Amino acid sequence: MKIIVLMKQVANKDAVLRVGNDEKWIDESDIAHQTNESDGYALEEALRMKEAKGEGEVVVCTLGGQSAKTVIKDALARGADRGIHIIVENDQKLSPHQIAKTIADAIRDENADLIFTGLQSDDASYGQTGVILAELLGIPHATIVIDIDRESLNGNLRVKRELESGWYQWFVYQLPALLTIQSGISQIRYASLKGIMAAKRKEIKEVTPTIEDFGAAQQIQKVYMPLKTKQTQMLGDGDVKRGAAELVEKLKTEIRVI
Amino acid sequence: MILVFIEHKDCVLNKTSLEAITAAQGIGKDLGLKISAVIPCDKDCALAQEISNYDLEKVIMAKNEKLGIYTPDGYTDAWEQVIKATNPTYVIMAHTYQVRDFAPKLAARFGKEVVGDCIRYRNEDGKLVFTRRIFLGKLDADVIIEGDAPYFVTFQSGAFRGDNAEKGGSANIETMDVEVGEIRMKPEAPFQEAKASIDLTKSAIIVAVGRGIKSQENIEKAQELADALGADLAASRPICDAEWLPIDRQIGSSGQTVAPKVYIALGISGAIQHIVGMKNAGTIIAINKDAEAPIFDIADYGIVGDIFDAMPVLVEEIKKAKS
Repeated sequence: MKIIVLMKQVANKDAVLRVGNDEKWIDESDIAHQTNESDGYALEEALRMKEAKGEGEVVVCTLGGQSAKTVIKDALARGADRGIHIIVENDQKLSPHQIAKTIADAIRDENADLIFTGLQSDDASYGQTGVILAELLGIPHATIVIDIDRESLNGNLRVKRELESGWYQWFVYQLPALLTIQSGISQIRYASLKGIMAAKRKEIKEVTPTIEDFGAAQQIQKVYMPLKTKQTQMLGDGDVKRGAAELVEKLKTEIRVI
Repeated sequence: MILVFIEHKDCVLNKTSLEAITAAQGIGKDLGLKISAVIPCDKDCALAQEISNYDLEKVIMAKNEKLGIYTPDGYTDAWEQVIKATNPTYVIMAHTYQVRDFAPKLAARFGKEVVGDCIRYRNEDGKLVFTRRIFLGKLDADVIIEGDAPYFVTFQSGAFRGDNAEKGGSANIETMDVEVGEIRMKPEAPFQEAKASIDLTKSAIIVAVGRGIKSQENIEKAQELADALGADLAASRPICDAEWLPIDRQIGSSGQTVAPKVYIALGISGAIQHIVGMKNAGTIIAINKDAEAPIFDIADYGIVGDIFDAMPVLVEEIKKAKS
Protein backbone atom coordinates (compact mmCIF):
# COMPACT_ATOMS: atom_id res chain seq x y z
CA MET A 1 0.00 0.00 0.00
CA LYS A 2 1.44 3.32 -1.09
CA ILE A 3 0.26 6.44 0.73
CA ILE A 4 1.26 9.93 -0.40
CA VAL A 5 0.96 12.61 2.27
CA LEU A 6 0.81 16.22 1.13
CA MET A 7 2.36 18.58 3.66
CA LYS A 8 2.85 22.32 3.59
CA GLN A 9 5.17 24.69 5.34
CA VAL A 10 3.35 27.64 6.88
CA ALA A 11 4.16 30.56 9.17
CA ASN A 12 4.53 29.56 12.79
CA LYS A 13 1.30 29.90 14.76
CA ASP A 14 2.89 32.28 17.23
CA ALA A 15 4.73 34.38 14.66
CA VAL A 16 3.96 38.09 14.71
CA LEU A 17 2.79 38.81 11.18
CA ARG A 18 3.55 41.99 9.27
CA VAL A 19 2.01 42.91 5.96
CA GLY A 20 4.61 42.80 3.18
CA ASN A 21 5.64 45.79 1.09
CA ASP A 22 3.47 44.83 -1.86
CA GLU A 23 0.50 44.42 0.53
CA LYS A 24 -0.34 41.11 -1.12
CA TRP A 25 1.07 38.70 1.47
CA ILE A 26 2.94 38.78 4.77
CA ASP A 27 6.55 39.85 5.05
CA GLU A 28 8.19 36.41 5.02
CA SER A 29 11.62 37.58 6.07
CA ASP A 30 12.50 36.52 9.62
CA ILE A 31 9.27 34.55 9.97
CA ALA A 32 9.58 31.24 11.80
CA HIS A 33 7.92 28.34 10.01
CA GLN A 34 6.26 25.10 10.96
CA THR A 35 4.47 22.22 9.30
CA ASN A 36 0.81 22.96 8.78
CA GLU A 37 -1.01 21.50 11.77
CA SER A 38 -3.53 19.20 10.08
CA ASP A 39 -0.84 17.95 7.66
CA GLY A 40 1.05 16.65 10.68
CA TYR A 41 -2.01 14.60 11.62
CA ALA A 42 -2.29 13.39 8.01
CA LEU A 43 1.27 12.03 8.24
CA GLU A 44 0.59 10.38 11.59
CA GLU A 45 -2.49 8.64 10.22
CA ALA A 46 -0.56 7.44 7.16
CA LEU A 47 2.20 5.99 9.37
CA ARG A 48 -0.37 4.22 11.54
CA MET A 49 -2.07 2.79 8.44
CA LYS A 50 1.21 1.38 7.19
CA GLU A 51 1.97 -0.09 10.61
CA ALA A 52 -1.47 -1.67 10.86
CA LYS A 53 -1.18 -3.10 7.38
CA GLY A 54 2.32 -4.41 8.07
CA GLU A 55 3.60 -3.28 4.70
CA GLY A 56 3.61 -0.30 2.44
CA GLU A 57 5.30 2.98 1.73
CA VAL A 58 4.61 6.48 3.00
CA VAL A 59 5.76 9.18 0.60
CA VAL A 60 5.69 12.76 1.79
CA CYS A 61 5.25 15.49 -0.81
CA THR A 62 5.52 19.23 -0.37
CA LEU A 63 5.24 22.17 -2.74
CA GLY A 64 7.25 25.20 -1.71
CA GLY A 65 10.57 26.97 -1.71
CA GLN A 66 13.89 25.53 -0.53
CA SER A 67 13.04 26.23 3.12
CA ALA A 68 10.10 23.81 2.84
CA LYS A 69 12.56 20.92 2.70
CA THR A 70 12.51 21.05 6.51
CA VAL A 71 8.95 19.73 6.37
CA ILE A 72 10.07 16.68 4.38
CA LYS A 73 13.11 16.04 6.57
CA ASP A 74 10.97 16.20 9.67
CA ALA A 75 8.44 13.77 8.15
CA LEU A 76 11.23 11.36 7.16
CA ALA A 77 12.53 11.47 10.72
CA ARG A 78 9.09 10.55 12.00
CA GLY A 79 8.96 7.52 9.73
CA ALA A 80 8.01 8.48 6.18
CA ASP A 81 9.96 6.45 3.61
CA ARG A 82 10.86 9.04 1.01
CA GLY A 83 10.09 12.57 -0.09
CA ILE A 84 9.10 14.53 -3.18
CA HIS A 85 9.88 18.24 -3.11
CA ILE A 86 8.11 20.26 -5.78
CA ILE A 87 10.22 23.37 -5.77
CA VAL A 88 8.24 26.57 -6.23
CA GLU A 89 9.54 29.76 -4.68
CA ASN A 90 6.83 32.30 -3.81
CA ASP A 91 4.20 29.59 -3.89
CA GLN A 92 1.75 31.97 -2.19
CA LYS A 93 1.23 33.46 -5.64
CA LEU A 94 -0.35 30.23 -6.88
CA SER A 95 -4.10 29.75 -6.72
CA PRO A 96 -5.51 26.49 -5.33
CA HIS A 97 -6.21 25.11 -8.79
CA GLN A 98 -2.64 25.82 -9.87
CA ILE A 99 -1.29 24.14 -6.76
CA ALA A 100 -3.50 21.09 -7.28
CA LYS A 101 -2.59 20.85 -10.98
CA THR A 102 1.12 21.11 -10.26
CA ILE A 103 0.93 18.41 -7.58
CA ALA A 104 -1.23 16.19 -9.81
CA ASP A 105 1.40 16.31 -12.56
CA ALA A 106 4.18 15.53 -10.08
CA ILE A 107 2.54 12.53 -8.38
CA ARG A 108 0.26 11.01 -11.04
CA ASP A 109 2.77 8.34 -12.05
CA GLU A 110 3.23 7.25 -8.45
CA ASN A 111 -0.23 5.63 -8.68
CA ALA A 112 -0.73 5.86 -4.93
CA ASP A 113 -3.44 3.82 -3.23
CA LEU A 114 -4.20 6.68 -0.89
CA ILE A 115 -3.44 10.39 -0.80
CA PHE A 116 -3.71 12.22 2.51
CA THR A 117 -3.69 15.97 3.08
CA GLY A 118 -4.54 18.16 6.03
CA LEU A 119 -8.02 19.62 5.74
CA GLN A 120 -6.74 23.15 5.10
CA SER A 121 -3.64 25.24 5.41
CA ASP A 122 -3.25 27.64 8.29
CA ASP A 123 -1.97 30.42 6.02
CA ALA A 124 -4.06 30.86 2.87
CA SER A 125 -6.78 28.51 4.20
CA TYR A 126 -8.16 27.69 0.78
CA GLY A 127 -9.22 24.24 1.98
CA GLN A 128 -9.64 22.95 -1.57
CA THR A 129 -6.28 21.76 -2.88
CA GLY A 130 -7.01 18.14 -1.94
CA VAL A 131 -10.51 18.09 -3.38
CA ILE A 132 -9.44 19.65 -6.69
CA LEU A 133 -6.50 17.25 -6.84
CA ALA A 134 -8.84 14.26 -6.44
CA GLU A 135 -10.99 15.56 -9.29
CA LEU A 136 -7.93 16.10 -11.51
CA LEU A 137 -6.68 12.58 -10.76
CA GLY A 138 -10.14 11.11 -11.26
CA ILE A 139 -10.32 9.53 -7.80
CA PRO A 140 -12.98 9.87 -5.09
CA HIS A 141 -12.35 11.95 -1.98
CA ALA A 142 -13.56 12.54 1.56
CA THR A 143 -12.91 15.72 3.52
CA ILE A 144 -12.64 16.38 7.25
CA VAL A 145 -11.83 12.77 8.11
CA ILE A 146 -11.62 12.19 11.86
CA ASP A 147 -11.19 8.40 12.00
CA ILE A 148 -10.23 5.51 9.75
CA ASP A 149 -11.34 1.99 10.50
CA ARG A 150 -8.07 0.07 10.26
CA GLU A 151 -9.98 -3.20 10.44
CA SER A 152 -11.19 -2.36 6.94
CA LEU A 153 -7.68 -2.00 5.56
CA ASN A 154 -7.78 -5.20 3.57
CA GLY A 155 -11.06 -4.49 1.86
CA ASN A 156 -12.94 -1.32 1.18
CA LEU A 157 -11.79 1.49 3.41
CA ARG A 158 -14.24 2.82 6.01
CA VAL A 159 -13.63 6.44 6.98
CA LYS A 160 -15.44 8.64 9.48
CA ARG A 161 -16.19 12.20 8.43
CA GLU A 162 -16.91 15.01 10.82
CA LEU A 163 -20.13 16.86 10.09
CA GLU A 164 -21.19 19.95 11.99
CA SER A 165 -22.54 20.34 15.54
CA GLY A 166 -21.29 17.01 16.87
CA TRP A 167 -22.56 14.83 14.00
CA TYR A 168 -20.46 12.23 12.20
CA GLN A 169 -20.85 9.86 9.28
CA TRP A 170 -19.00 6.80 8.01
CA PHE A 171 -18.37 6.35 4.30
CA VAL A 172 -16.91 3.31 2.54
CA TYR A 173 -14.41 3.83 -0.27
CA GLN A 174 -12.71 1.68 -2.84
CA LEU A 175 -9.11 2.64 -3.37
CA PRO A 176 -7.54 4.71 -4.72
CA ALA A 177 -8.98 7.64 -2.79
CA LEU A 178 -7.95 10.99 -1.36
CA LEU A 179 -8.72 11.92 2.24
CA THR A 180 -8.32 15.31 3.92
CA ILE A 181 -7.53 14.76 7.57
CA GLN A 182 -8.89 16.73 10.53
CA SER A 183 -6.59 17.81 13.36
CA GLY A 184 -6.85 15.62 16.42
CA ILE A 185 -7.40 12.31 14.60
CA SER A 186 -4.65 10.79 16.76
CA GLN A 187 -1.72 11.85 18.92
CA ILE A 188 1.28 12.81 16.83
CA ARG A 189 4.53 10.95 17.52
CA TYR A 190 7.86 12.63 18.02
CA ALA A 191 10.83 11.85 15.86
CA SER A 192 13.18 9.43 17.61
CA LEU A 193 16.95 9.82 17.50
CA LYS A 194 17.06 6.65 15.43
CA GLY A 195 14.49 8.13 13.08
CA ILE A 196 16.48 11.31 12.70
CA MET A 197 19.62 9.32 11.84
CA ALA A 198 17.74 7.06 9.43
CA ALA A 199 16.18 10.06 7.67
CA LYS A 200 19.56 11.18 6.42
CA ARG A 201 19.73 8.17 4.12
CA LYS A 202 16.22 8.54 2.72
CA GLU A 203 15.60 9.81 -0.77
CA ILE A 204 14.21 13.28 -1.47
CA LYS A 205 13.35 13.72 -5.12
CA GLU A 206 13.31 17.28 -6.37
CA VAL A 207 10.84 18.30 -9.04
CA THR A 208 11.03 21.64 -10.81
CA PRO A 209 7.60 22.11 -12.37
CA THR A 210 6.38 24.38 -15.11
CA ILE A 211 3.53 26.36 -13.62
CA GLU A 212 0.72 26.78 -16.10
CA ASP A 213 -1.28 29.97 -16.26
CA PHE A 214 -4.75 29.63 -14.86
CA GLY A 215 -7.25 32.10 -16.24
CA ALA A 216 -9.86 31.61 -13.52
CA ALA A 217 -7.49 32.19 -10.60
CA GLN A 218 -8.54 34.11 -7.53
CA GLN A 219 -6.10 36.89 -6.88
CA ILE A 220 -5.29 38.58 -3.63
CA GLN A 221 -5.45 42.32 -4.20
CA LYS A 222 -4.54 43.39 -0.74
CA VAL A 223 -3.95 41.95 2.73
CA TYR A 224 -4.42 43.99 5.90
CA MET A 225 -5.09 43.74 9.60
CA PRO A 226 -8.78 42.90 10.16
CA LEU A 227 -11.03 45.87 10.73
CA LYS A 228 -12.18 45.91 14.28
CA THR A 229 -15.86 45.30 14.66
CA LYS A 230 -15.93 46.24 18.31
CA GLN A 231 -14.53 48.94 20.54
CA THR A 232 -12.42 46.95 22.97
CA GLN A 233 -11.72 48.42 26.38
CA MET A 234 -8.20 47.37 27.26
CA LEU A 235 -7.70 46.97 31.00
CA GLY A 236 -4.61 47.18 33.17
CA ASP A 237 -2.46 49.05 30.68
CA GLY A 238 0.11 46.27 30.50
CA ASP A 239 -0.19 45.34 34.17
CA VAL A 240 -2.06 42.04 34.15
CA LYS A 241 -2.85 41.98 37.85
CA ARG A 242 -4.25 45.48 37.75
CA GLY A 243 -6.19 44.50 34.64
CA ALA A 244 -7.67 41.50 36.47
CA ALA A 245 -8.75 43.67 39.38
CA GLU A 246 -10.31 46.20 37.01
CA LEU A 247 -12.10 43.40 35.20
CA VAL A 248 -13.72 42.15 38.40
CA GLU A 249 -14.93 45.70 39.02
CA LYS A 250 -16.49 45.73 35.53
CA LEU A 251 -18.06 42.32 36.10
CA LYS A 252 -19.66 43.76 39.21
CA THR A 253 -20.72 47.24 38.16
CA GLU A 254 -21.16 47.16 34.38
CA ILE A 255 -21.74 43.58 33.32
CA ARG A 256 -23.44 42.80 36.63
CA VAL A 257 -22.83 39.10 36.96
CA ILE A 258 -21.23 39.17 40.39
CA MET B 1 -28.37 35.00 -12.91
CA ILE B 2 -27.27 33.73 -9.52
CA LEU B 3 -27.73 30.22 -8.17
CA VAL B 4 -27.90 29.75 -4.43
CA PHE B 5 -27.53 26.36 -2.74
CA ILE B 6 -30.17 25.13 -0.30
CA GLU B 7 -28.59 22.56 2.01
CA HIS B 8 -30.78 20.09 3.84
CA LYS B 9 -30.82 16.73 5.51
CA ASP B 10 -33.97 14.68 4.93
CA CYS B 11 -35.74 17.83 3.72
CA VAL B 12 -34.90 19.72 6.94
CA LEU B 13 -33.25 23.03 6.10
CA ASN B 14 -29.72 23.92 7.15
CA LYS B 15 -30.37 27.46 8.33
CA THR B 16 -27.11 28.82 6.95
CA SER B 17 -28.73 28.47 3.52
CA LEU B 18 -30.91 31.46 4.45
CA GLU B 19 -27.70 33.42 5.01
CA ALA B 20 -26.66 32.39 1.51
CA ILE B 21 -30.00 33.66 0.19
CA THR B 22 -29.39 37.02 1.92
CA ALA B 23 -25.92 37.21 0.36
CA ALA B 24 -27.26 36.27 -3.08
CA GLN B 25 -30.05 38.85 -2.82
CA GLY B 26 -27.51 41.55 -2.00
CA ILE B 27 -25.27 40.60 -4.91
CA GLY B 28 -28.32 40.30 -7.15
CA LYS B 29 -29.35 43.89 -6.35
CA ASP B 30 -25.82 45.19 -6.86
CA LEU B 31 -25.38 43.54 -10.23
CA GLY B 32 -28.97 43.42 -11.46
CA LEU B 33 -29.10 39.63 -11.49
CA LYS B 34 -32.04 37.34 -10.77
CA ILE B 35 -31.68 34.52 -8.26
CA SER B 36 -32.72 30.89 -8.30
CA ALA B 37 -32.39 28.48 -5.40
CA VAL B 38 -31.19 24.92 -6.03
CA ILE B 39 -32.33 21.99 -3.87
CA PRO B 40 -30.84 18.58 -4.65
CA CYS B 41 -33.23 15.86 -3.46
CA ASP B 42 -34.43 12.35 -4.27
CA LYS B 43 -38.11 13.32 -4.20
CA ASP B 44 -40.43 16.31 -4.41
CA CYS B 45 -38.62 18.07 -1.63
CA ALA B 46 -40.80 19.23 1.23
CA LEU B 47 -38.54 22.28 1.51
CA ALA B 48 -39.31 23.67 -1.92
CA GLN B 49 -42.55 25.33 -0.83
CA GLU B 50 -40.88 27.05 2.13
CA ILE B 51 -38.01 28.34 0.01
CA SER B 52 -40.38 29.60 -2.69
CA ASN B 53 -41.66 32.17 -0.19
CA TYR B 54 -38.36 34.04 -0.46
CA ASP B 55 -37.79 36.72 -3.05
CA LEU B 56 -36.39 34.48 -5.77
CA GLU B 57 -37.17 33.92 -9.41
CA LYS B 58 -37.21 30.16 -9.25
CA VAL B 59 -36.68 27.22 -6.97
CA ILE B 60 -34.98 24.44 -8.90
CA MET B 61 -35.45 20.96 -7.49
CA ALA B 62 -32.59 18.88 -8.87
CA LYS B 63 -34.07 15.43 -8.59
CA ASN B 64 -32.55 11.97 -8.72
CA GLU B 65 -33.06 8.87 -6.60
CA LYS B 66 -29.35 8.92 -5.70
CA LEU B 67 -29.62 12.32 -4.01
CA GLY B 68 -31.47 11.13 -0.91
CA ILE B 69 -28.32 11.09 1.17
CA TYR B 70 -25.43 13.44 0.50
CA THR B 71 -22.37 12.23 -1.38
CA PRO B 72 -19.80 14.47 -3.07
CA ASP B 73 -20.10 12.48 -6.32
CA GLY B 74 -23.89 12.71 -6.41
CA TYR B 75 -24.09 16.39 -5.55
CA THR B 76 -21.35 17.33 -8.01
CA ASP B 77 -23.06 15.52 -10.89
CA ALA B 78 -26.42 17.09 -10.06
CA TRP B 79 -25.00 20.61 -9.75
CA GLU B 80 -22.97 20.26 -12.92
CA GLN B 81 -26.14 19.76 -14.92
CA VAL B 82 -28.04 22.57 -13.22
CA ILE B 83 -25.18 24.95 -14.01
CA LYS B 84 -24.96 23.79 -17.62
CA ALA B 85 -28.70 24.26 -18.03
CA THR B 86 -28.88 27.71 -16.42
CA ASN B 87 -25.52 29.42 -17.13
CA PRO B 88 -25.28 31.35 -13.86
CA THR B 89 -22.87 34.23 -13.32
CA TYR B 90 -22.47 33.42 -9.62
CA VAL B 91 -22.99 30.28 -7.58
CA ILE B 92 -23.38 31.26 -3.92
CA MET B 93 -23.22 28.84 -1.01
CA ALA B 94 -22.81 28.92 2.77
CA HIS B 95 -19.35 27.66 3.76
CA THR B 96 -20.56 24.55 5.58
CA TYR B 97 -18.69 21.28 6.01
CA GLN B 98 -20.83 19.77 3.24
CA VAL B 99 -20.07 22.63 0.85
CA ARG B 100 -16.37 22.38 1.64
CA ASP B 101 -16.65 18.74 0.61
CA PHE B 102 -18.17 19.15 -2.86
CA ALA B 103 -17.91 22.79 -4.03
CA PRO B 104 -14.19 22.69 -4.96
CA LYS B 105 -14.82 19.50 -6.96
CA LEU B 106 -17.77 21.11 -8.74
CA ALA B 107 -15.79 24.26 -9.53
CA ALA B 108 -12.87 22.17 -10.81
CA ARG B 109 -15.22 20.46 -13.24
CA PHE B 110 -15.80 23.86 -14.83
CA GLY B 111 -12.09 24.69 -14.74
CA LYS B 112 -12.71 27.05 -11.82
CA GLU B 113 -11.98 27.30 -8.13
CA VAL B 114 -13.96 28.52 -5.14
CA VAL B 115 -13.47 31.85 -3.41
CA GLY B 116 -14.18 30.29 -0.07
CA ASP B 117 -15.20 31.29 3.44
CA CYS B 118 -15.72 34.97 2.57
CA ILE B 119 -16.78 37.31 5.35
CA ARG B 120 -18.04 40.15 3.14
CA TYR B 121 -17.95 41.58 -0.36
CA ARG B 122 -18.09 44.99 -1.95
CA ASN B 123 -19.10 46.13 -5.39
CA GLU B 124 -16.48 48.14 -7.28
CA ASP B 125 -18.11 49.33 -10.49
CA GLY B 126 -19.79 46.04 -11.18
CA LYS B 127 -16.76 43.96 -10.18
CA LEU B 128 -17.08 42.20 -6.85
CA VAL B 129 -14.25 42.19 -4.34
CA PHE B 130 -14.50 39.47 -1.70
CA THR B 131 -12.84 39.47 1.69
CA ARG B 132 -11.44 36.28 3.15
CA ARG B 133 -9.85 35.82 6.54
CA ILE B 134 -6.42 34.19 6.36
CA PHE B 135 -3.61 33.17 8.74
CA LEU B 136 -6.07 31.81 11.31
CA GLY B 137 -7.91 35.12 11.49
CA LYS B 138 -4.88 37.33 11.89
CA LEU B 139 -5.22 38.99 8.48
CA ASP B 140 -7.89 39.81 5.92
CA ALA B 141 -7.39 39.47 2.19
CA ASP B 142 -9.38 41.23 -0.53
CA VAL B 143 -9.75 38.85 -3.43
CA ILE B 144 -10.99 39.17 -7.01
CA ILE B 145 -11.74 36.39 -9.49
CA GLU B 146 -10.29 36.42 -12.96
CA GLY B 147 -11.80 34.88 -16.08
CA ASP B 148 -15.34 34.14 -17.16
CA ALA B 149 -18.40 33.03 -15.23
CA PRO B 150 -19.48 30.96 -13.44
CA TYR B 151 -17.88 32.27 -10.26
CA PHE B 152 -18.13 30.10 -7.17
CA VAL B 153 -18.29 31.92 -3.83
CA THR B 154 -18.94 30.64 -0.31
CA PHE B 155 -19.66 32.81 2.72
CA GLN B 156 -18.70 32.11 6.30
CA SER B 157 -21.44 31.23 8.75
CA GLY B 158 -22.69 34.50 10.25
CA ALA B 159 -21.35 36.73 7.47
CA PHE B 160 -24.98 37.51 6.59
CA ARG B 161 -28.12 37.27 8.66
CA GLY B 162 -30.55 34.57 7.62
CA ASP B 163 -33.49 36.54 9.01
CA ASN B 164 -32.64 39.36 6.58
CA ALA B 165 -33.45 37.12 3.62
CA GLU B 166 -36.27 38.90 1.83
CA LYS B 167 -39.58 37.18 1.37
CA GLY B 168 -42.26 38.25 -1.04
CA GLY B 169 -43.42 36.93 -4.30
CA SER B 170 -43.84 33.28 -4.89
CA ALA B 171 -41.04 31.74 -6.84
CA ASN B 172 -41.89 29.09 -9.38
CA ILE B 173 -40.89 25.63 -8.33
CA GLU B 174 -39.29 23.80 -11.19
CA THR B 175 -38.28 20.16 -11.15
CA MET B 176 -35.13 19.31 -13.06
CA ASP B 177 -34.49 15.60 -13.47
CA VAL B 178 -30.73 15.26 -13.33
CA GLU B 179 -28.51 12.34 -14.20
CA VAL B 180 -26.15 11.09 -11.56
CA GLY B 181 -23.33 8.76 -12.51
CA GLU B 182 -21.57 6.17 -10.40
CA ILE B 183 -21.35 7.08 -6.71
CA ARG B 184 -17.90 5.90 -5.66
CA MET B 185 -18.46 6.22 -1.91
CA LYS B 186 -21.07 4.43 0.19
CA PRO B 187 -22.54 6.62 2.91
CA GLU B 188 -23.79 5.15 6.17
CA ALA B 189 -26.36 6.98 8.29
CA PRO B 190 -25.12 10.14 10.06
CA PHE B 191 -25.07 9.89 13.85
CA GLN B 192 -24.30 11.91 16.96
CA GLU B 193 -21.59 10.74 19.32
CA ALA B 194 -22.69 9.88 22.84
CA LYS B 195 -24.99 12.68 23.87
CA ALA B 196 -23.22 15.67 25.30
CA SER B 197 -23.35 15.48 29.08
CA ILE B 198 -23.26 19.24 29.30
CA ASP B 199 -25.33 21.67 27.28
CA LEU B 200 -23.22 24.81 27.11
CA THR B 201 -25.86 26.59 25.04
CA LYS B 202 -27.75 27.11 28.30
CA SER B 203 -24.79 28.55 30.24
CA ALA B 204 -25.04 32.15 31.42
CA ILE B 205 -21.31 32.53 31.93
CA ILE B 206 -18.58 30.55 30.18
CA VAL B 207 -14.89 30.48 30.99
CA ALA B 208 -13.07 29.01 28.00
CA VAL B 209 -9.45 27.96 27.74
CA GLY B 210 -7.21 27.67 24.69
CA ARG B 211 -3.64 26.74 23.91
CA GLY B 212 -2.44 29.35 26.38
CA ILE B 213 -3.38 27.04 29.26
CA LYS B 214 -0.29 25.02 28.29
CA SER B 215 -0.92 21.79 30.19
CA GLN B 216 -3.62 19.54 31.51
CA GLU B 217 -2.64 20.29 35.10
CA ASN B 218 -3.41 23.97 34.56
CA ILE B 219 -7.03 23.27 33.63
CA GLU B 220 -7.71 23.19 37.36
CA LYS B 221 -6.77 26.86 37.67
CA ALA B 222 -9.34 27.81 35.05
CA GLN B 223 -11.86 25.58 36.80
CA GLU B 224 -11.30 27.53 40.03
CA LEU B 225 -12.08 30.74 38.19
CA ALA B 226 -15.18 29.20 36.65
CA ASP B 227 -16.31 27.99 40.07
CA ALA B 228 -15.77 31.41 41.63
CA LEU B 229 -17.91 32.99 38.91
CA GLY B 230 -20.54 30.27 38.80
CA ALA B 231 -19.52 29.67 35.21
CA ASP B 232 -19.18 26.59 33.02
CA LEU B 233 -15.77 25.61 31.73
CA ALA B 234 -15.30 25.25 27.97
CA ALA B 235 -12.39 25.07 25.54
CA SER B 236 -11.17 25.64 22.02
CA ARG B 237 -10.49 22.68 19.78
CA PRO B 238 -6.79 22.00 20.54
CA ILE B 239 -7.62 21.45 24.21
CA CYS B 240 -10.25 18.83 23.40
CA ASP B 241 -8.02 17.25 20.73
CA ALA B 242 -5.41 16.80 23.44
CA GLU B 243 -8.16 15.32 25.64
CA TRP B 244 -7.49 17.77 28.45
CA LEU B 245 -11.23 18.41 28.45
CA PRO B 246 -13.98 16.22 26.96
CA ILE B 247 -15.21 17.04 23.48
CA ASP B 248 -18.63 18.13 24.75
CA ARG B 249 -16.89 21.20 26.18
CA GLN B 250 -15.63 22.28 22.78
CA ILE B 251 -16.81 25.62 21.39
CA GLY B 252 -16.62 26.35 17.67
CA SER B 253 -17.63 25.11 14.26
CA SER B 254 -17.04 21.48 15.12
CA GLY B 255 -18.32 21.85 18.69
CA GLN B 256 -21.10 23.83 20.31
CA THR B 257 -22.30 27.28 19.30
CA VAL B 258 -23.06 29.38 22.35
CA ALA B 259 -24.33 32.83 23.22
CA PRO B 260 -23.90 33.25 26.99
CA LYS B 261 -24.22 36.55 28.80
CA VAL B 262 -20.48 36.59 29.45
CA TYR B 263 -17.70 34.69 27.67
CA ILE B 264 -14.20 34.80 29.11
CA ALA B 265 -11.54 33.57 26.67
CA LEU B 266 -8.29 32.58 28.41
CA GLY B 267 -5.30 32.08 26.15
CA ILE B 268 -7.51 31.65 23.09
CA SER B 269 -6.09 33.34 20.01
CA GLY B 270 -9.43 33.46 18.20
CA ALA B 271 -9.17 31.31 15.08
CA ILE B 272 -12.24 31.61 12.88
CA GLN B 273 -13.36 28.10 13.77
CA HIS B 274 -13.60 29.13 17.41
CA ILE B 275 -15.07 32.57 16.87
CA VAL B 276 -18.06 31.31 14.89
CA GLY B 277 -19.03 29.37 18.00
CA MET B 278 -19.07 32.25 20.48
CA LYS B 279 -19.16 35.62 18.76
CA ASN B 280 -22.78 36.21 19.73
CA ALA B 281 -22.00 36.21 23.44
CA GLY B 282 -23.32 39.30 25.24
CA THR B 283 -19.97 40.42 26.64
CA ILE B 284 -16.70 38.95 25.43
CA ILE B 285 -13.63 39.20 27.64
CA ALA B 286 -10.24 38.14 26.32
CA ILE B 287 -6.99 37.60 28.18
CA ASN B 288 -4.04 36.78 25.96
CA LYS B 289 -0.33 37.48 25.98
CA ASP B 290 -0.36 38.33 22.26
CA ALA B 291 -1.74 41.85 21.82
CA GLU B 292 -2.32 41.07 18.12
CA ALA B 293 -4.44 37.97 18.77
CA PRO B 294 -7.63 38.14 16.68
CA ILE B 295 -9.76 37.41 19.75
CA PHE B 296 -9.25 41.06 20.74
CA ASP B 297 -11.03 42.15 17.55
CA ILE B 298 -14.31 40.85 18.89
CA ALA B 299 -13.70 41.40 22.61
CA ASP B 300 -15.52 44.02 24.66
CA TYR B 301 -12.83 43.92 27.33
CA GLY B 302 -9.26 42.81 26.88
CA ILE B 303 -6.23 42.24 29.05
CA VAL B 304 -2.86 41.72 27.42
CA GLY B 305 -0.69 39.46 29.53
CA ASP B 306 -0.11 36.06 31.04
CA ILE B 307 -3.30 34.25 32.02
CA PHE B 308 -1.43 32.63 34.92
CA ASP B 309 -0.90 36.06 36.45
CA ALA B 310 -4.51 37.03 35.83
CA MET B 311 -6.36 33.94 37.03
CA PRO B 312 -5.43 33.97 40.75
CA VAL B 313 -6.14 37.69 41.03
CA LEU B 314 -9.50 37.21 39.35
CA VAL B 315 -10.43 34.38 41.71
CA GLU B 316 -9.39 36.37 44.75
CA GLU B 317 -11.12 39.59 43.69
CA ILE B 318 -14.32 37.76 42.70
CA LYS B 319 -14.45 36.06 46.07
CA LYS B 320 -13.94 39.41 47.76
CA ALA B 321 -16.62 41.05 45.66
CA LYS B 322 -19.07 38.28 46.44
CA SER B 323 -18.52 38.25 50.16
